[in-house]
Amino acid sequence: MAAAVSSLVVETPGLLTTVQDLGRPGFGPLGVSPAGAADAVALRLGNLLVGNEQAVAALEMTLVGGRYTFPRGGVIALAGADFGANLNGQPIEMWIAHAVRPGSTLELGLTRTGARCYLCIAGGIQVERFLGSASTHLLSGLGGFAGRGLRKGDVLQFGAVEQSIRRKKISAKALETLKPRKTLRVTQGAQADCFSEATTRAFYEGAFRVSEDADRLGLRLEGASLAPESLREMMSEGVCLGAVQVTPSGQLIILFVEQQTAGGYPKIANVIGADLHSIGQLRPRDEITFARVSLEEARALWIAQERLLNSGEELFA
Amino acid sequence: MEFRAASDQAVLVYLGEEIGLVSHQRVCKLLRLLQEEPLAWVRNLQPAYCSLLVSFDPSQVDHREVESTLRRYEQRAGKLALPEPRTVAIPVCYGSEFGLDLDEVAAIHKLSSSRVIELHTSRTYRAYFLGFAPGFAYLGDLPSEIATARLATPRKKVAAGSVGIAGTQTAVYPFATPGGWRLIGRTPLEMFRKDREPMGLIAMGDEVRFRAITPEEFAAWPPP
Repeated sequence: MAAAVSSLVVETPGLLTTVQDLGRPGFGPLGVSPAGAADAVALRLGNLLVGNEQAVAALEMTLVGGRYTFPRGGVIALAGADFGANLNGQPIEMWIAHAVRPGSTLELGLTRTGARCYLCIAGGIQVERFLGSASTHLLSGLGGFAGRGLRKGDVLQFGAVEQSIRRKKISAKALETLKPRKTLRVTQGAQADCFSEATTRAFYEGAFRVSEDADRLGLRLEGASLAPESLREMMSEGVCLGAVQVTPSGQLIILFVEQQTAGGYPKIANVIGADLHSIGQLRPRDEITFARVSLEEARALWIAQERLLNSGEELFA
Repeated sequence: MEFRAASDQAVLVYLGEEIGLVSHQRVCKLLRLLQEEPLAWVRNLQPAYCSLLVSFDPSQVDHREVESTLRRYEQRAGKLALPEPRTVAIPVCYGSEFGLDLDEVAAIHKLSSSRVIELHTSRTYRAYFLGFAPGFAYLGDLPSEIATARLATPRKKVAAGSVGIAGTQTAVYPFATPGGWRLIGRTPLEMFRKDREPMGLIAMGDEVRFRAITPEEFAAWPPP
């Protein structure tokens, strides 16, 4: 039986809670970056748990969860970082679907693990789409719920809810394989040849700390200064998600989901597709390292990860 | 034509070495052919002055196949005729609170502020590409007399509609965003609206002219 559209009420929104799906790739010529979930793997798994398509919109919470009520109930799952969730005062498990009775309150606290937790709801969060996606693009105030982070009192609709709920967990094995990494695997950047051997070694052998200046646009890192040797005047060019840019002062910036679409800093490396979701779980002060892989290895890792995410029953315990 | 792997899922195609119409039109033509005859594995296209970033689905193709396909596209793209550029007129209120850096730009070049305005409005600019933020068009080339380096420290917030200059480029900020370009004025026009078709006022390849308006005209925009 399909129930009518239901809703959730934001009692407190946490630090930054936005509506995100898998983004809107394909609008580069308009200057629009794809946005989308910072940890797309968590969003996809969370959606599978509540019986949604993987790409459906959910709430992305950042570092601090918030409090939400469900006047008419629903079916939810939490994925990503552990924010110590309680449902009506009782701790609830992550990576499994829960039936929420009408009038229930979900409360999440400070993160215990990574940076982002996803609240996925059967039926998916319903907002007006912008260029085909429900994702919030904060910089331009487009997409998502009114183009902004959620505030106290916001009421969000979610789609028709199936009454049946399957209580299957994502398997420990799958979670281990997909676990966010602190060693990010990278391929060579488009300007890797601007950097001396010594600088390149410092990049691959050094450890870097995520600074406080880390958000959906990009993450600034602290560590050894990596100023390029021969910085020929660089013309702005299109930049990729996960590009590791080096500023003239030698600081590293990883471009992230709401990145600017073009830029003029040289790129020493680029995080591989299979590790992009790991960036979404990095917190300020986390220490990270980079490991170089070949394009072929990166491609094989991506294909293996996609196969696992699309394997259906294999994902579940 | 030169290729570089930008990531495990993207290739940068370089189609020139100098900012100018020749490179720009090569980029426009390849982009146009890729839009007219889309490839199933292309995820995104990001043009710039002399390059096109092509993001692809690595489950379907690898770099080698992407490059050989793009090479074939580029050969055919050369024969494409581009449409005549549209002309977009942008009214701008220069100086005062709208153009916080106008006087400094004038001082740097030992010009009067009104001469800076005269020079900025004297040219027809080309929209080389859109980037940075939705609807943000990189326009060039600025008269060399007023080409100015970016601010050493970018502003945390620049008002929507602000007109800035950086090097030999000029642009209008469609949204209130951080920004490091020197601001010389502001337009009352909405540069990007999601409820409009097309959403952006300026598209890649357009010709753009600026026209000075008074603070009164700005306040009363649109004119009766």
